[in-house]
Amino acid sequence: MKTPSTAEIVARCQSLYEDLNFTAAREWKDAEPGRKVIGYMPVYVPREIIHAAGMLPLGILGGGDQLEVIHGDAYYQSYICRIPRSTIELGISGKLDFVDGMLFPSICDVIRNLSGMWKMLFPDVYAKYFDVPQTYEDEVGGAFYTNEMTEFRHDLEELSGRKITDAALNNSIDLYNRNRQIVRRLYAFRAEKPWQAPASEVYLVIRAGLVLPVEEHSELLTQYIAAAESEERPIRDNSRVILTGLFCEQPPLNLIKSLELSGCYVVDDDLMLVTRWLLDDVPIEGDPLHNLSQAFLHQSECTAAKYQPDLDEKGQFLVRAVRRTGAEGVIFASPSFCDPALLDRPMLQHVLDDAGIPYIAFKYAENSGQMQPLREQAGTFADSIKLWSAA
Amino acid sequence: MKPTSSKSSPATDVIKDASMVKQKEMMAAHYERLSNAKDNDDKVASTFVPGNLNELLMCFDLVNNLPEVNAIQSGLRRVSGSYVMEAEKSGHSEDVCTYVKSDLGMMAKGNIGPNGRELPSPDVLMLSYTGCFTFMKWFELLREQYKCETIFLQTPYLADGKITSNMIQYMVKQFKEDVIPKLEKVSGVKFDIDRLREYLKKSAKAEDDLVYILQSGKSKPSPIDAYFGGIYYIGPIFGAFRGTDDAIDYYRFLREEVDQRLAAGLGPVTPDGPMGEEKYRLVVEGPPNYTNFRQFWKMFYDEGAVVVASSYTKVGGTYDFGFRHDPDRPLETLAEYCLGVYTNRSLPMRIDMLVNYMNEYEADGLLINSIKSCNSFSAGQLLMMREVEKRTGKPAAFVETDLVDPRYFSAANVKNRLESYFQMVDQKRTGPGRGVAA
Ligand code: SF4
Ligand code: SF4
Repeated sequence: MKTPSTAEIVARCQSLYEDLNFTAAREWKDAEPGRKVIGYMPVYVPREIIHAAGMLPLGILGGGDQLEVIHGDAYYQSYICRIPRSTIELGISGKLDFVDGMLFPSICDVIRNLSGMWKMLFPDVYAKYFDVPQTYEDEVGGAFYTNEMTEFRHDLEELSGRKITDAALNNSIDLYNRNRQIVRRLYAFRAEKPWQAPASEVYLVIRAGLVLPVEEHSELLTQYIAAAESEERPIRDNSRVILTGLFCEQPPLNLIKSLELSGCYVVDDDLMLVTRWLLDDVPIEGDPLHNLSQAFLHQSECTAAKYQPDLDEKGQFLVRAVRRTGAEGVIFASPSFCDPALLDRPMLQHVLDDAGIPYIAFKYAENSGQMQPLREQAGTFADSIKLWSAA
Repeated sequence: MKPTSSKSSPATDVIKDASMVKQKEMMAAHYERLSNAKDNDDKVASTFVPGNLNELLMCFDLVNNLPEVNAIQSGLRRVSGSYVMEAEKSGHSEDVCTYVKSDLGMMAKGNIGPNGRELPSPDVLMLSYTGCFTFMKWFELLREQYKCETIFLQTPYLADGKITSNMIQYMVKQFKEDVIPKLEKVSGVKFDIDRLREYLKKSAKAEDDLVYILQSGKSKPSPIDAYFGGIYYIGPIFGAFRGTDDAIDYYRFLREEVDQRLAAGLGPVTPDGPMGEEKYRLVVEGPPNYTNFRQFWKMFYDEGAVVVASSYTKVGGTYDFGFRHDPDRPLETLAEYCLGVYTNRSLPMRIDMLVNYMNEYEADGLLINSIKSCNSFSAGQLLMMREVEKRTGKPAAFVETDLVDPRYFSAANVKNRLESYFQMVDQKRTGPGRGVAA
């Protein structure tokens, strides 16, 4: 069988990305009677449990810049970010009518309150606020989280009418371990040769994982890496940057493209963290929920939605990412009105100041249209870090 | 206990209840205690109003400093605007919670408290994480500056409208394994659970009187304003006085004052003197604006509008549905207290509460003051408004201001909105086609 080219793979991912009717997920559901789909919002849910229940976890990331928000604005004041209103729009306009449940992870007050709104607007659909621990001792936060996951497991068992066995869970963990390994490989490849795997492409292929079954996504990623490794692409004199602050409401694809056009190679980012939240393989023997809980406590990503108990560790993940990827600077891009990202930002900037790492910052909305100012800002930044590193 | 005139504002005489004067004295004494903390070798804990564990902190002889209350004080004294700008100058976004920026700006400008004296640096940041995600970032920001011990206490969110045993166990474990040992370390004082029980007993006593006072709003006319006046009433119990004899005395005193007004059929006392005829009975959702507090209040009492119940007076504890601190279950009761604060309640619970107030207090309508920079309160309020309207058949209105950023208080807009709202209430009362009351 001929391996598809990057262009073919990316084209497929782009159409998945643009399809706000979630046709792929609908088709998956219709393929066999009794299949169920569980939607989830950023930043992290243990998709393994949904998978083990024989269901499809479906990432819902708002409406992007293509969705016309008609109803959603009636639910939110102008000073609240976009993602909840476009998500409501998706719900009210019937685009999620095939979704059998929605998860609202504990990330900020907006998504938290949205969980209650969802219950009221769609009373017949299972909706759960998915709480996670912010304390990291095994017997305290760990026990709490294991209980939360146990409750979730029971909910899904009720929804599907069948037991979720430990064996099924361990099998799902295995599949997601593999997916995370490939995602990590892709990120490492891009950090090494960013010209071979442009950020906009990586974005689309990773994002496909939010709507496809994990097995299929792992396959797609493997193909993309193979194709990206084999195609020769021109090397530009771009600056290497890390993009951070975009863990929730997504920037328009155009924004990512604009950064590249302005002379930046994105060598790491915190987009769609769910795909690499757990930093290492989760053991596939023993009590699966305990293992997932341990991984969450001790082996998970740093982000503004999480408490950092150790002052000395605050922001160090970013410094380490800079060192690991050879980045020359950091771009803070965050959704307007996003309290977690915007309140975290100054602390991260102080850490970068201390480490002598240059940065710039701006805000966006998922439907931002005007890219020119941003291109200029990013272009100037790219030029100046080149000058600094040359000096 | 006649209203007294105090010279707190140099330009005009402000009429205050005797209880308000007493409350002011208590707050002043507390700020003095804070300012003298270092001289007196008192250790200081900074913490939040929701999930404020005053009884526990007192077990370690810690003095309770509340950055939220400091921000309110800065708002009332009209200095918060410059603090917010100061924080924005140093890199904070214009989009985020203005309490945080007021606090950080105040710190940058010397940390001068409302008594004109410097507030002490905290020895411990008691990050009681209840009902607002911003709390977490706020204290991470303070920790960056003070570099002191920071204790995180997570209160799970009441998403499904109920307290589960998993939640209580989680919180009690945090108390036992983390919070209490760290407080012992910082303070050098050994934890004594009987001391905690004593304080909790006192809390419950004051809480009984508080509930009596807040529920007096059910009378017609209401002897209290449960929003603007309510802010004063909740001060001691939501702050550094819960669990003290002072709080017991204050609430008994306040209760007597309210009883006298009830007996005389009087309404609340406003800054311009006793309230005139009660024309509109309102329930209010959301925090007030503090930079133009008096002006905002005046827009109500000038029209004869009195707030009979509010959700804001439940942010530091919800007592009117039966919860009291229980000395027999000291740690569990602290957990239940944190879990029950207003902002930790799910949106459907918040709506139920407002509907209950509308009915029980026989209100004419609901008013939502939506705070621009507060996601915790504001995200979802438009749905809340529609739902309360639907369930009660009473009109609701929406105004937008900010807590402590004067840039977002537009007096003309707010006044217009309120005036048309009162007209709407009139129309609703007289029924369609029966004309509008003058
Ligand atoms: S963009 Fe920020 S504020 Fe908005 S829902 Fe996401 S995390 Fe919350
Ligand atoms: S509840 Fe609102 S005002 Fe208070 S800290 Fe949170 S965001 Fe700020």
